[in-house]
Amino acid sequence: MLKNNTLVGWLMAGPIMAVLLFFLVLPIVMIVVVSFWRATEFSIIPAFVWENYEFLFGSNVTYRVFFNTFKYAAITWAFTLTIGFTVAYFLAFHVRTLTWQIVLFLLCTIPFWTSNIIRMISWIPFLGRNGIANSTLISWGVIDEPLDWLLFSDFAVILAFVHLYTLFMVVPIFNTMMRIDKSLIEAARDAGASGAQILWNVIIPLTKPGIMIGTIFVVTLVMGDFITVRFMSGSQSANVGRLISNDIALLAYPSASATAVVLLLTVLIVIGILLRFVDIRKEL
Amino acid sequence: MEPRPRSFYVLATFFSLFLLFLYGPTITIAILSFQGPGGGLTFPMRGTSLHWFRDLFEQQAVGDIWGSFRRSVTLGLMVMVTTVVLSVMGGLAFRKKFKGSGILFYLIITSLVIPSILISLGVGLIFSQSGLDVHWSTSGFGAQLTWTLPFGLLIMFAVFNRFDKAYEEAARDLGASAWQTLRHVVLPIIGPSLIGVALFGFTLSYDEFARTLLTAGSYNTLPLEIFGMTTNVTTPVLYALGTLTTVFSLLMIGLFLCLALYSTRRRARAGSDAGKGML
Repeated sequence: MLKNNTLVGWLMAGPIMAVLLFFLVLPIVMIVVVSFWRATEFSIIPAFVWENYEFLFGSNVTYRVFFNTFKYAAITWAFTLTIGFTVAYFLAFHVRTLTWQIVLFLLCTIPFWTSNIIRMISWIPFLGRNGIANSTLISWGVIDEPLDWLLFSDFAVILAFVHLYTLFMVVPIFNTMMRIDKSLIEAARDAGASGAQILWNVIIPLTKPGIMIGTIFVVTLVMGDFITVRFMSGSQSANVGRLISNDIALLAYPSASATAVVLLLTVLIVIGILLRFVDIRKEL
Repeated sequence: MEPRPRSFYVLATFFSLFLLFLYGPTITIAILSFQGPGGGLTFPMRGTSLHWFRDLFEQQAVGDIWGSFRRSVTLGLMVMVTTVVLSVMGGLAFRKKFKGSGILFYLIITSLVIPSILISLGVGLIFSQSGLDVHWSTSGFGAQLTWTLPFGLLIMFAVFNRFDKAYEEAARDLGASAWQTLRHVVLPIIGPSLIGVALFGFTLSYDEFARTLLTAGSYNTLPLEIFGMTTNVTTPVLYALGTLTTVFSLLMIGLFLCLALYSTRRRARAGSDAGKGML
């Protein structure tokens, strides 16, 4: 019976396995292999050399860019967590009927199903030199001259990240909050806990798995990003993803691959650490 | 009902501001896409017109937009169908707790967290090194599946974790074959969630950028086309296109949500015949 289960299981999971083998595992293997190749101006040549890695680790730019990547991830994480937690908390504990919970929750998720690029573009009229933010601030007399750092800056990059990815915090946190037994909260209140104490000692500990899953999403999305940083910083800031995409644009595939391998390892190590705090399979 | 605490009003304000933050920019470009012919990328509006929308429909005014739109929709439908079928099969497989399912699970998580540009780069390299041409319907299709399948499967896991096995047992006790049980019991019950999986499959594919960047070949999908425009188009035609494709996405989302609502209602109506049994 057990053997039969395994056979049927593999047969049914076969197509997914095939797709993932060909379009996930094989590409990773390919990138690792190519990271040891040599590049000329016109082509890439199979070889086994460490020069791509030597160049990568020998360059100051690499460390700066990796630092920048972590910086984006950390700041975005802090903002998305604060906003996402507050939104989920409101939905789960302050909205009283299930219908309204679903409606408001859907309102939060719909932008996720629309184009990220359009959503980035849509910040231009707000943040531009003559944009809404600047003209409003000037008309209020807060500033005399338009601010230059609103668009095409680190500020814009973080703003776009928060705009695009807060949803990835809201959904898992809301999901775990909805499963908290309401009688636990009543018990805490009966025992004399204040609202803040209930939040800190009951709700937050029980919401931790959702927070961890949201964290994994946000951190990996930000660390792997290249397009948001390129677009919102006006090509003035760099993260690891942009390093890779610049190499690709120059057809320097071996060098791009070496950077990609290091990025993948970094992301996997971060995930590995985060997974110590949560069992994903239990949380679905 | 007890009166709302003061914190409710604070949080409700916060939530409204969050919604404004989510939708405000999109609404702004929707308004700006009706700029008059002399208007720029920001306020003030210089008259209102449909000028920029008309530009989109003029042949070759701004590149091959309609061709890329058709390709994106076709690709979205291909990815959608594949994602639904494979996710259901995968979800059913995982219920059997077969040997080696752990590996597959970790592959799926990897697929979800791997930086998109690695998929793009890796698939692109495999195709170029083996002498195959990258094309949106082959390499692009596969690359996008690595993004939609994890979502589909995770939804299926969540669905089957809450699935009451008693329904299947009852069907089997009544003499249904494995296929009949699946067709007449399991699939109707999970039906509404499949619409959710389809929604993810279509919209994620339709909007995907990073994974198609190096795998679409010489015929662009719509997001690639739009990104190309951001570097050389500085008129509100960009907003007009953004508005149209967002409206299209919203229509699709609305359609899927209505279907899900309808099938849930229908299931609620037809699902139980309690009290109507023949004596």
